[in-house]
Amino acid sequence: MNYVWSALIISSLIFGAVNGRLEETMQAGLSGAGSAITVLLSFAGMMCFWSGILKIVETSGAGKFCEKLLSPVVYRLFPKVKDRSHITMNIIANLLGMGNAATPAGISAMCQLDEENQKRPHPSREMSRFAVLNTASLQLFPTTIIGILASFGDPNPYRIVPLIWVSSAVSLASALFMDFILSKTQRR
Amino acid sequence: MVYIIPALIILVLVSGLKKGVPCYTTFISGVESGLKTVVSIFPALVAILSASAMLRESGLIDALSQVLAPFFNLLKIPVEILPLALIRPISGGGSIGLLTDTIKTFGVNSRIALAACILCASTETTFYTISVYFGGTSVKYTKRVIFAAVFGDFVGILCASCLSMINF
Repeated sequence: MNYVWSALIISSLIFGAVNGRLEETMQAGLSGAGSAITVLLSFAGMMCFWSGILKIVETSGAGKFCEKLLSPVVYRLFPKVKDRSHITMNIIANLLGMGNAATPAGISAMCQLDEENQKRPHPSREMSRFAVLNTASLQLFPTTIIGILASFGDPNPYRIVPLIWVSSAVSLASALFMDFILSKTQRR
Repeated sequence: MVYIIPALIILVLVSGLKKGVPCYTTFISGVESGLKTVVSIFPALVAILSASAMLRESGLIDALSQVLAPFFNLLKIPVEILPLALIRPISGGGSIGLLTDTIKTFGVNSRIALAACILCASTETTFYTISVYFGGTSVKYTKRVIFAAVFGDFVGILCASCLSMINF
């Protein structure tokens, strides 16, 4: 991420200068930073709310129930993790397309994995696998896309759903596979 | 779909009360830890949002699309979805905006619109997700994760292109 981020900034600035858009680029960078506040405020309340709800789920033991439901998959992906309730909640929220609920659960799960990794600077296998799982789309019902298609007068926007499933599954599988191979080569 | 989330919340509260959980106090303590997480991811958010805004405004995305076009032609991926493929991993709002733009330009019943939709739905905002998810942890090295995730995105682009071709 260090290289990616620096490269993004440097290349944007240089290209902006060459393109004669240096001023606009700089302005965009600053207003982008400003928009971080608005973005954060726009989901801070939501995130706190879901964290509160998730805490109730956790203490009531309902998390354990969900865990059982998905355990065949989650167990196979994260066999070494002690408490899989946050991971499970994140996956369920992702499948249902509740991005607002998925992020808090995902971040809590990541913090917990961080503890189990003894706060080392290198991510554990579980951490990278979990991140890869979240950078691929897991949604069962792509509401946003269907909504956009419908708004353009598509008579049958649902025809796209099976295609999205195939594409999501293939890209997720290949990302997980790549992560698996890379983790093997790095440990040796 | 509208009922799922309210029903879920009722279910959580009822099952909590049944188990004798002090719902209000538990909720408050959950909010407290949520607030801590929000604050801890703020720096990462500033970094990624300003970088993506600069990238878009400098015109680099458009230029990169032109440079990569021959490579995409080789793989039979429609060049028209290239800017979308480049912005998708960085900005969620930006990619949805670009998607609507693409559909508007080429029409709902075009191969390009179909490919763009599949592309958007089957990949995520990779860099945003990685910076936010690792933002609250002590992890410093994310090269491996980024590589695997970007590889997945690339396969997603290929898939979107192939599937749209089969369907036209």
